[in-house]
Amino acid sequence: MERVDLLVIGGGSAGMAAALQAKKEGVKDILILEKEDRLGGILNQCIHNGFGLTEFKEELSGPEYLQRFADQVIAEKIPYKLNTMVTNLSKNKVVTYSNSEDGIKQIQAKAVIMATGCYERNAGAIQLAGDRPSGIITAGTAQKYLNIHGYLVGKKIVILGSGDIGLIMARRLTLEGAKVICVSEINPYSAGLNRNIAQCLKDFDIPLYLSRTVSKVIGKNRVEKVVLTAVDQNYNFIPNTDMEIECDTLILSIGLVPYIELLEKIDCPTSSTKGAKVNSLMETEIDGVFACGNCLHVHDVVDFVTDEGRLAGHGAALYINDKFKDENVIKVNPGNNVSYVVPQTVNMDVDENVTFKFRVRKPLINQRLTIKSGENLLFKQVKPVLIPSEMVMISVPLEKLKEAKEEITLSLEDN
Amino acid sequence: MKELTCIVCPRGCSLKIDENMNVTGNFCPRGAKYAVSELTHPMRSLTSSVRVINRENTVVSVKTSGNIPKEKMFELMEHINTLKVQAPVNIGDIVSHNPLGLDVDIIITKKLD
Amino acid sequence: MSYNKNMNKDIYDVIVVGAGITGSFIARELSKYTLKVCVLEKANDVGNGATNANSAIIHSGYDPIPGTNKAKFNVLGNKMFDQIADELDVSFRRIGSLTVANFPEQVSMLEELAKRSKENGVEVKILSGEEVAKMEPNIPNSYGALYAPTAGIINPFNLCIHAMENAVDNGVKLCLSNKVISIKYEDELFYVTTDKDTYVSKIVINAAGNYADQIANMINKVDWSITPRKGEYYVLDHKVKNFVNHVIFPLPSEKGKGVLVTKTTSDNYLVGPSSEVINDKDDVSTDKMTLDNVKSQANLLVKGIPYNTCIRTFSGLRPSCSRHDFVIEKDSKFDHFINVGGIESPGLVSAPAIAKYVVEELVSSISLLINKKDYNSRVRRYPHIKEVKPEIRDKMIKDNPDFGEMICDCEQISLGEINDILSRSVPPRSVKGVKRRVRAGFGRCQGGFCSPKVVLLLAKHYGISPLEVPLDDEGSNVLLEKVKVVD
Repeated sequence: MERVDLLVIGGGSAGMAAALQAKKEGVKDILILEKEDRLGGILNQCIHNGFGLTEFKEELSGPEYLQRFADQVIAEKIPYKLNTMVTNLSKNKVVTYSNSEDGIKQIQAKAVIMATGCYERNAGAIQLAGDRPSGIITAGTAQKYLNIHGYLVGKKIVILGSGDIGLIMARRLTLEGAKVICVSEINPYSAGLNRNIAQCLKDFDIPLYLSRTVSKVIGKNRVEKVVLTAVDQNYNFIPNTDMEIECDTLILSIGLVPYIELLEKIDCPTSSTKGAKVNSLMETEIDGVFACGNCLHVHDVVDFVTDEGRLAGHGAALYINDKFKDENVIKVNPGNNVSYVVPQTVNMDVDENVTFKFRVRKPLINQRLTIKSGENLLFKQVKPVLIPSEMVMISVPLEKLKEAKEEITLSLEDN
Repeated sequence: MKELTCIVCPRGCSLKIDENMNVTGNFCPRGAKYAVSELTHPMRSLTSSVRVINRENTVVSVKTSGNIPKEKMFELMEHINTLKVQAPVNIGDIVSHNPLGLDVDIIITKKLD
Repeated sequence: MSYNKNMNKDIYDVIVVGAGITGSFIARELSKYTLKVCVLEKANDVGNGATNANSAIIHSGYDPIPGTNKAKFNVLGNKMFDQIADELDVSFRRIGSLTVANFPEQVSMLEELAKRSKENGVEVKILSGEEVAKMEPNIPNSYGALYAPTAGIINPFNLCIHAMENAVDNGVKLCLSNKVISIKYEDELFYVTTDKDTYVSKIVINAAGNYADQIANMINKVDWSITPRKGEYYVLDHKVKNFVNHVIFPLPSEKGKGVLVTKTTSDNYLVGPSSEVINDKDDVSTDKMTLDNVKSQANLLVKGIPYNTCIRTFSGLRPSCSRHDFVIEKDSKFDHFINVGGIESPGLVSAPAIAKYVVEELVSSISLLINKKDYNSRVRRYPHIKEVKPEIRDKMIKDNPDFGEMICDCEQISLGEINDILSRSVPPRSVKGVKRRVRAGFGRCQGGFCSPKVVLLLAKHYGISPLEVPLDDEGSNVLLEKVKVVD
């Protein structure tokens, strides 16, 4: 069986950053496996602006951002295989992949980095009621048809869910000649970034209805109408609030889910992010298997994906060079008003600061963020505004965490 | 006093700007600049795509090399929709020089071999 | 009235109306003989009605009332399935069924059912609550169950498509997108007019599913009618392994077999169906109240159903007959017109046995049956690249690199497999046609990643614009406009 030091599954932003970092830290024998016919992952279809502000201090489109990393991968001569599907990953890090040139092949890796991105929640996940005609499509799929192939999936469109892709698509579809009638969001707040509501909806006078969702789709062959109904705080429909809207398409932008079928097959423990549980060097609970990017938890800014990829690459490099310690770990719990925290454990033996990434359950103002171990306060910070659509990152010096004697909890309270 | 959401970066600050163009609520100086510009002459960057004639069912992404007046977006889209390119193309290739006299070019943002 | 204008047409020995599971198996049965056969189907694919949405179960036959057509054909059909699954290359597993008593007062009903099973000639065994809990850890507290080991699960889409493919391979002509609008009888010939053309035959077999009564009434008013009974389901992802290992039924009631929980041949789970009598023969919508009700019924049966892994909800229409049994008979006035109607559950399992009876008993009484010498009961083997040994898969890819190029990530379906179905005698015309055949788009992303690839492949194969590719039946196009048209 062929051997490789580091095998990276997925050649998108997370995977490329991970491979580049590992290379920088001396890992020589790396292989990236990518299922599509080019590097870059989903950024290939994100042709809008707004990427790279942290990474490059300039505003790039998705393809421009990815190309800077793809160019580095090529310059560093990191081998990669395109059109290659990983069909299996074993606990002892034997990766099975298939492509048209190599057939089906197994390769033994010292370390594996999962960077497989995410998929879109679809009609099934929300048990969308009504007919099943053509014209119900997820925002990312509509984006691919429009931005890669040059086809509109509809002309009169209702968007369900105010996730960023939905907002971005509202603008793209409008500019390309479709009429976006409205965006409907089941929550009382938007799931997308404020700037996207401003530049994608307000700029084009597209209304955003909050606390309202699709109660029924009507149409035999093609969507003819959708019924939008108001919901109360328990998401129950409020009677007599139906709005019947004529349209030919319902675009769903109702969330993204880490794509980790390979990890599930080997019973890798997952967290509430639906991604794998990881320690502060992005190692999953399967020894030597790391995870980063949207397959770990869904990010809103690619620059942070890149960063997380680097951290996984760093972790894998330590692991491959036998400098990795994970005997002394402390569990991290999401506390009050925190929906999740990544990482789920901290390696206390690795002398590095830890960046905690988390999201809040609901919009909050003037919060005191605390990290406690039992009653022992390790860290605090005041946060003026927190919204669920924005992932929060805080860097905590390891010395502070070293005071922890037991599990630590990250919580928010009114300040 | 007018309230608006800053679109300069993903932070999306809630800005307030008064009649004397005093801006509050901005995290960084770019926000103040944005608020003033938004009130006097709102500008936007525009991203879209152009058809690649030698590839089946393929378009390639483009953007304006700088910001354009917000109200010109649809007019510029009409122009972009008439453009075509032949692969290979590279990032930065200019597809259209100074369309509509807007002092920007339409440039390719994606590499197609 | 004269049909002289049609006299230069082909005259078929038999026209089958409807290409669902019943029509497809009848066509396959007819294809064994030297008959000229044509199948007319209103949809653009076979198996697009009731066959497309059901519990996908090969029932053992313990449940139908002894002496009914349902009992007879269910039991006969069940025995045929090992051979059929092999000949038609369809995944089929006899995982057995458990009909569970959830309340003490139901235990006596198990005895009754066991008696009924015996009358029907079905092997069953009554299990204690402890035995059930051992077989199904998520049913820990039942009062026992009726275990029927011959019950199985099947891929119903493949079953129907492969049966028709086998029929077409053996010479049957299949005319899709042909909706029958009238049937006339003159000079011992039937003139079957569709929205496309008129077809002429000596015998007509009506297997039109939910429309069987309408088709029957075109030639002679019948004393039975079909009322669709809708069933709504949840499909759950295979994330939770071995959540149930058998087909789990509640005790049957007036309304049918009730809400069941079962594994599917692709290791997903089905929870359903509801049972609502409706009027619209095309209404396959779902609604929250009904599905919530399915949930509460299923929760009585099995503990901790993982609804959070739901990947899809759907509904199907059972063609329920006013006779409460299958109608399989010659028309009272036209004995060359055979009605096969009301084939609701257990229709899937019964279809091969019904087909055999229709051809060997009814058709043979009006037409001479001569065996076709070159009849082949087997379909060309499908390339099961996921199931074959790695060495074989490797060789398959080396021989045909398309087997290494993946189209569907979730279900790992390659370009080679899609090209294979496009090259067959009943190729898919729509995105869902591809999905029904090779499962591309059936997984957790529900076609999010692969549907653009499938649309472009279909467009290329049929030499049409991607704008003309339907999601499902005609008029359900995926894309509405091409932008940046510069040529």
